[in-house]
Amino acid sequence: MNSGKKITLWIGLTLVALLFVLMAVSLFYVPYGANEMNIAGRLQAPGAAHWLGTDNFGRDILSRIMEGTQTAFSVGFFSVCIGLAGGFLLGAAAGYLGRWADELLMRAVDALMAFPGILLALILVTIFKPSLGQTIIAIGILFIPSFARVIRGGFLQTKEADFVKAARGMGAGHAALIFRHIVPHILSSVIVTASLCFSAAILVEAALSYLGLGVQPPDPSWGRMLNESQAYMSKAPWYALAPGLFITLTVLGFNLLGDGIRDLRDRRA
Amino acid sequence: MLSAPTEAPPLLDIRDLRVELTTARGRWPVLEGIDLRVEPGETVGIVGESGCGKSVLSLSLLGLLPPAMRISEGEIRYEAGRLPREGEEAFRRIRGREIAMIFQDPMSSLNPALTIGEQATEMTRLHLKLTKREAREHAVSLFRKVGLPRPEALLKEYPHQLSGGMLQRVMIAIALSCAPKLLIADEPTTALDVTIQAQILELLKTIREEDGTAILLVSHDLGVIADMCDRIAVMYAGQVVEVGTAEELFDSPRHPYTQGLLQAVPTPAKKREKLLSIPGTVPALHERGAGCRFHSRCAYATERCLLSAPPVVRVSGAGGGAGAGTGAGALAATGAHAVRCWLAAEEGGLPHAAG
Repeated sequence: MNSGKKITLWIGLTLVALLFVLMAVSLFYVPYGANEMNIAGRLQAPGAAHWLGTDNFGRDILSRIMEGTQTAFSVGFFSVCIGLAGGFLLGAAAGYLGRWADELLMRAVDALMAFPGILLALILVTIFKPSLGQTIIAIGILFIPSFARVIRGGFLQTKEADFVKAARGMGAGHAALIFRHIVPHILSSVIVTASLCFSAAILVEAALSYLGLGVQPPDPSWGRMLNESQAYMSKAPWYALAPGLFITLTVLGFNLLGDGIRDLRDRRA
Repeated sequence: MLSAPTEAPPLLDIRDLRVELTTARGRWPVLEGIDLRVEPGETVGIVGESGCGKSVLSLSLLGLLPPAMRISEGEIRYEAGRLPREGEEAFRRIRGREIAMIFQDPMSSLNPALTIGEQATEMTRLHLKLTKREAREHAVSLFRKVGLPRPEALLKEYPHQLSGGMLQRVMIAIALSCAPKLLIADEPTTALDVTIQAQILELLKTIREEDGTAILLVSHDLGVIADMCDRIAVMYAGQVVEVGTAEELFDSPRHPYTQGLLQAVPTPAKKREKLLSIPGTVPALHERGAGCRFHSRCAYATERCLLSAPPVVRVSGAGGGAGAGTGAGALAATGAHAVRCWLAAEEGGLPHAAG
């Protein structure tokens, strides 16, 4: 392992850890109430009182960013859970059963994947009422194909391993083969996918919220903040800068973390 | 049916087994007309080159054939009961408990993510419904039996911490853990070095003597087969071409292929001579014609060998003298020396290879 690859992992880990700390702190403490308005102090530049300035309603941007981490992380976490659960069912069934089940399920997954992601999320969100929950479900469904493919691939590969055949030859049942002998070996690739999907989820949530179809006001969301800051771009550039920067850092952090884990796992690369 | 009179039914009785491979270009027989018996406590060897169907045969016994292959004809009887042709559940009760299998490469046959203990207790907990503690104690006693050092500590170790020979001992211990009546060993020593190979074969002999376990030993190594087996079946291109006791096959091989195999074994006596090899390779699935499958490589081949399939001829053994019994069953009959060759059907037969 050369040090360049480890650096990727460490930068990713550090960024993600810092954001986690920020989120944890925001659960107990934010400098100002996230929805506390102060019309007199509208669009203040960053300073000692408001580190990242204030928005068009005089709300503290740092506080809103901090509360926004909760939204971002819950969207990331729960949508990855949905994607993983759905993807595992489809991918495991396709990879383990093979033959016609594989064909059928993977063509369905291909169809889902052929759809542009954000468009699919838009459709799902517009069918139902836009809210945090709907956003999470829509993004989760979006991730099912990625997980299904990774898990199917892992199953196909591991299913043929000698130790799986040997376990089968010794009389192990389906559940034992899947959960004891196959799943532990595909875990690392699933973790990498989860990490990459986590950052994608945050990005999609920001995009949906930016379009006004994701998280609804007054709940703080980085995408929504970007949207609101647009009108004041020339007057208060820091307003747009803060959520943009945090979206970038989060996505970068999780991507680097994912890449780092992948490199760590794949010693040949 | 021509068969030797036996009191008890054989432990394993394969009758006219045919396994087909389905491909986009059609269905090809991988195994054809396999007749083989294994008596309780007996060691039967299956020998042949790569690609002649040895492994497919051993996998078919446990229903472990790859999805593209299936048994299309014939049957496998285990203790006079028919083994199912398909059906995972029916096979699962037999696998590991009645018939256990040892695989070629011990290093890849154990799950690297689980400890030795977890894998060694899996089968007894499943088949014999032992508790975790009982299963561990059972595993420890088996580890002692197969000659593994510090068995208790081994349970907590992972496969990568052990050498190949130790892993094969672990595999054998696992295979023996439910006291199977038949042990299928598919090239059990191929992946190991020679000294370890001898130790593992010694261990298999001990098991056979102490537990009376019948062993079906699959190997391409005639030395291993000669050392271990009571009876030997020589396979070529998906067929059993000659079957007999170890003495019969080594002292008076009747099939040109068997003779060729024996001549290709290096021995100290042949040190200065050029080692004989059989020219050519095993015909591919779609290259097998109507005649004898060995004709393209056989020094004695005639036009007849090319055109029509040779009969199975019993050359000696229980139930009749030379040339007495032909047809299905002759190859399976216990104690019979039978061969699938036109030359053996004739008076005089194949000239014996000069020592």
